[in-house]
Amino acid sequence: MANADPIVDVADLWMSFPGKQPDQPVHVLERVGLQVRHGEFVCIVGPSGCGKSTLLNVLGGFLGETRGTARVEGAPVRGPDPGRIFVFQENGVFPWLTVEQNVGFGLWQRSAAERDERVRHYIAMVGLQGFERSYPRELSGGMRQRVEIARALAANARVLFMDEPFGALDFLTRLKMRQDLVRIWQSENKTVLFVTHDIEEAVQLADRVLVMSKRPATIQAEVVIDLPRPRDLDSPGYLAARDRIFSIMGMDAHGGGVS
Amino acid sequence: MSASPSRAGIGQGRLAAFALPIGTIALLLVGWHVAVVASGSDLFPKPLDVLAGLVELVEKGLLLKYVVASLFRVTWGFGLAVLVGVPLGLVLGWWRPAFLALNPVIQALRPISPIAWIPVAILWFGIADAAPIFLIFLASVFPITVSSMAGVQNMQQVYLRAAQNFGMRGVPLFRRVILPAALPQILTGIRIALGVAWLVVVAAEMIAVNSGLGYLIIDARNAGKRYDLVVAGMVMIGSIGLVLDLLVRRLERIDSVRWGYGQR
Ligand SMILES: Nc1ncnc2c1ncn2[C@@H]1O[C@H](COP(=O)(O)OP(=O)(O)OP(=O)(O)O)[C@@H](O)[C@H]1O
Ligand SMILES: [Mg+2]
Repeated sequence: MANADPIVDVADLWMSFPGKQPDQPVHVLERVGLQVRHGEFVCIVGPSGCGKSTLLNVLGGFLGETRGTARVEGAPVRGPDPGRIFVFQENGVFPWLTVEQNVGFGLWQRSAAERDERVRHYIAMVGLQGFERSYPRELSGGMRQRVEIARALAANARVLFMDEPFGALDFLTRLKMRQDLVRIWQSENKTVLFVTHDIEEAVQLADRVLVMSKRPATIQAEVVIDLPRPRDLDSPGYLAARDRIFSIMGMDAHGGGVS
Repeated sequence: MSASPSRAGIGQGRLAAFALPIGTIALLLVGWHVAVVASGSDLFPKPLDVLAGLVELVEKGLLLKYVVASLFRVTWGFGLAVLVGVPLGLVLGWWRPAFLALNPVIQALRPISPIAWIPVAILWFGIADAAPIFLIFLASVFPITVSSMAGVQNMQQVYLRAAQNFGMRGVPLFRRVILPAALPQILTGIRIALGVAWLVVVAAEMIAVNSGLGYLIIDARNAGKRYDLVVAGMVMIGSIGLVLDLLVRRLERIDSVRWGYGQR
């Protein structure tokens, strides 16, 4: 494996949506450039509506860029790929399938035995034992989100694109899911690109945090989080990194604005 | 009103589910009886006259024969409409060129009442069973096609993206994602279409054939103003329509489609 080549390589990427008037497109991304190396955990933070989901959807192959190139695993993105699994911000769990059918969905080409084994493992990981035969409408929002995460992990992709995957979870579940994700990432050698609006979450998880600006968005700053894991949330390094990102985004850590 | 067990109370129990509609029907029957007696009409039947008419039809062996004849035509016409309408609607919803080519034609044919097709049906099929079957097919194929099409078009994009992300394409994508995502709307179309089919068979039988519940009504009126039999025919039509609707509604409670009908 050529670890030196970046897994995600974006240079001068532009993206706009057709606006209300045909001659006034909505510019969402401008001159975005970023690289993610093999095995890296990178978080993207930025204000709501700045284009984080748009960027991730371009990388996932669901949206075409307007200008520039997005290369993932060495080739320009042409469409979705089972080796790179997306966790959607709007829940993408299939309502007509049970929990176990959903979690096993990405394994539809594998043998039943292998599928059952992995499904059981990841259902246990996200703490949904006892709900294997339940339908999504019988679950809470946070439980549905855990089904989606289990489905993405069970598919054993090389790259995970996660769009605010823990947004709907309660505090404790979120902490546990973060630990699990870091553990899987470390043990299974995955590359993760993770969008969140939660700066603390980004600093707890990432090797590097990319801060996006307001729309039309670009990568405004990069903060390297060079802290050992598991991370001590009271350590000076953690607090310094957090406050740095807060101030880049125009806030101080206590919620006030910077003039 | 919701019938969720957590809010079971007055008007929400199992008993109420039977008692309320039966009470309504009993009231209507009494009102009907009183109204006929009060008006002094000797042509319009009282409820008990209708019951006697039904008994007479059973004894002559006509009731079952006519019901079977009507249901036979509905089964064929409606069955063909499902076989044509569901695949056609799925293709139209999925493949835009097909939609652009066919949708205007469909929308133009849809508002033409099946009754307006009766002369054409007789011209093409004579007065054999094929004519009413054709009319039922025509009446039910459009609701099924349009709702299947809408089911695909309204599918949430995230389901499609998730499935494509897992490498699904072609037939598996259609069978495992697009069809189940559209199924609740397809079933709604089927329910509407079955109601329309039942409506149309009676109308068609009044003109084109010599058996069935529609025929019974026209025949009873023409051969001696037997209004008790006319109303008996109407009662049978209504009752069978009710049963058909209840049967299709059961389909909507199947686990893999229930998500599509709101939180009930
Ligand atoms: N399909 C679309 N058509 C037109 N405009 C769009 C479309 N999708 C997104 N946008 C616009 O692009 C901008 C960025 O949207 P995006 O969903 O990427 O934001 P985001 O950073 O993920 O926000 P959030 O944190 O709230 O999820 C928004 O201003 C939105 O209005
Ligand atoms: Mg977003």
